Amino acid sequence: MGYTLNFNLIWRHFDKLWGGLLLSLELAVISIAIGIVIGLVLAVWYVSAGRVVRGIIASYVEFIRNVPLILLVYLVFYGLPTVIDLAYSAQTSFVATLAVYSGAYLVEVFRSGLEAVPRGQIDAGKAIGLTPWQRLVHVRLPTMMRITLPALSNTFISLFKDTSVASVISVPELTYGAQWINFNTFRIVEVYLVVTAMYLVTGYALLFALRLVERWYRTAR
Amino acid sequence: MATTSDNSPALLDIAEVSKSFGSVEVLRSVSLKVAKGEVVAIIGPSGSGKTTLLRCVNFLESYDSGSIRIDGKEVGFRDGGARQRRSERDLAAMRAETGMVFQGFNLFPHLTAAGNIMLGLTKVRGKSSGEARSIADHWLGRVGLAHKADSLPAELSGGQQQRVGIARAVAMEPKILLLDEITSALDPELVGEVLAVVKSLAEDGMTMVMVTHEMAFARDASSRIVFMADGGVSAVGPPKEVLAAETTNERLRTFLARFRASQF
Amino acid sequence: MLGQIAYALPFLAEGFALTLWVSLLVVVLSLIAGVVFGVGLVYGPAPLRWAVRIFSDTVRGIPILVLIFFVYYGMPAVGVHLQSFWAAVLALTLFKTAQVVEYLRGAVASIPKGQSEAAMAIGLTFRQRLTYVIFPQAFRRFLPPWINGVTDAVKGSALVSLLGITDLMQAINQVIGRTYEAMPLYILGALLYFGVNYALSLASRRLEQRFAFIRE
Repeated sequence: MGYTLNFNLIWRHFDKLWGGLLLSLELAVISIAIGIVIGLVLAVWYVSAGRVVRGIIASYVEFIRNVPLILLVYLVFYGLPTVIDLAYSAQTSFVATLAVYSGAYLVEVFRSGLEAVPRGQIDAGKAIGLTPWQRLVHVRLPTMMRITLPALSNTFISLFKDTSVASVISVPELTYGAQWINFNTFRIVEVYLVVTAMYLVTGYALLFALRLVERWYRTAR
Repeated sequence: MATTSDNSPALLDIAEVSKSFGSVEVLRSVSLKVAKGEVVAIIGPSGSGKTTLLRCVNFLESYDSGSIRIDGKEVGFRDGGARQRRSERDLAAMRAETGMVFQGFNLFPHLTAAGNIMLGLTKVRGKSSGEARSIADHWLGRVGLAHKADSLPAELSGGQQQRVGIARAVAMEPKILLLDEITSALDPELVGEVLAVVKSLAEDGMTMVMVTHEMAFARDASSRIVFMADGGVSAVGPPKEVLAAETTNERLRTFLARFRASQF
Repeated sequence: MLGQIAYALPFLAEGFALTLWVSLLVVVLSLIAGVVFGVGLVYGPAPLRWAVRIFSDTVRGIPILVLIFFVYYGMPAVGVHLQSFWAAVLALTLFKTAQVVEYLRGAVASIPKGQSEAAMAIGLTFRQRLTYVIFPQAFRRFLPPWINGVTDAVKGSALVSLLGITDLMQAINQVIGRTYEAMPLYILGALLYFGVNYALSLASRRLEQRFAFIRE
């Protein structure tokens, strides 16, 4: 086919990719941080709430899980400002979207984690006279964390990949950088090879690091 | 019941079989002959290689050297000089000559009791499903489960599942039946019903090799007992001799003493 | 305002139909490819196992969007010219195939070793063991996650709008471009996607319950 690989132009614009990768990571970290708060609060609320609240939380979870992320991104960035009087940047808009998106997945993760805490541990907490709040903080949440850590790691990795959707509203993350080089240098195969490698190396390095954290967390206490 | 004798032709001939898992030698030059109609019980401490030996007989495990013959035919390797593993098709045909009952039952959960028995009959023996069904019904009757023919394994008790497991194995009319600790996974109150089935098969003249922890059963039902220790045959003989309290075999005496201590 | 949207409904319906058509193609093609490669991964010779492993880990390790761009822009560069519709179907199929491979591997791996051994013991050949013992059981474990994963194909298909294909997502954006009614249209789109996917996840949950008794 006579296609010769030439990576020179890629290296010349590599700052676009490197900066993009860092921004992707930043977007993922901020989003999951907010997402964890959303997920935790709603999960704790869910397991102790009545039918109405449960129904509302379940609807949020089901809605987000069944709608494409790209549509949510458009909806928040292009749709929402037309009905509420608020101005925000593409980046803020995307982080808000991804946080709400990850929150929905994390409610499920935390809820099943909370329900997997053995009954006996809660009873033991009661037996030594802990208040419900103390039982939550000192017994249920630490145990739940241990159970949910692997799922949390997986969610983070997939959020990192999901940040690529930010490119559709021109947030200059890694995929956006790839497209920029694609359209400006036409070294198409090269740029996607490099970007694929960058996503793979970062993703699997993160996974490896998170597995180490999980192991440390399991043995450190 | 047949008795031991070195001059009757051996149906199963295990000769100097050795096997290692990495650096651990699990079988050390094991030899054992079993005549048609014999019931041989293999006892011994865990890790002595009993189950591995049994699994070599139908080649669920390969072995490193020696030979295992059934009716004069080498089990896992091609006839002739070179040790060449049999083809998948040949192995399947050889395995159909032996029946095996497993500790964990291993019934096929998606098939009914009758379906479990019919699978080998239709696919290996080539019988019509009507024929297979009547054979299945016959054997389910023999093990006292005629009324459970259309139940799924999940709907049966452990003892019932194991009886289906036995029926599945014998319905194939194997030359030898291999029983691998078949009552170990059962609640104590269910052991009796399974052993009763085995006993009735022995009375019919079925050749059997069984690995067991049921010492009383080994004594009553078998014609010979093999005591294995450290991957080798340490003692072999009629039950009365092997299980005698005054044996001079040190390892056997320790094993029996420990066993009696746990029983009474 | 509602009048304008009503006027656009046939156009949106066409986009919706295209979304379903792309999803269906991807689901069927990836099922075939995924089962073939999945069997290769579990039972194939070492080189095939490695090839499938690398394929699956790579495809699952990168964003679908990157995969779509790679296929769409990269293939013409090396001389393969596909209509954008088929480039999109190909990219999504690669993504989905990697998933199906993993579902299949997981389903087969979850079947206890004793099942194979019992099947061997009654004299079934390798092919018979797969056909009558392993696959019927693996199928029951494969089906619920697979149906659940069909929603990923439907959601992923929204990304093909970026290749100028008029699927539901693109149709919505185009109608918004004419009517400036962003919010109602995005919500309408969300409800349509939700309807399809929610129905699929309900179906998967029901199947899981139906097969539950066979688990042990």
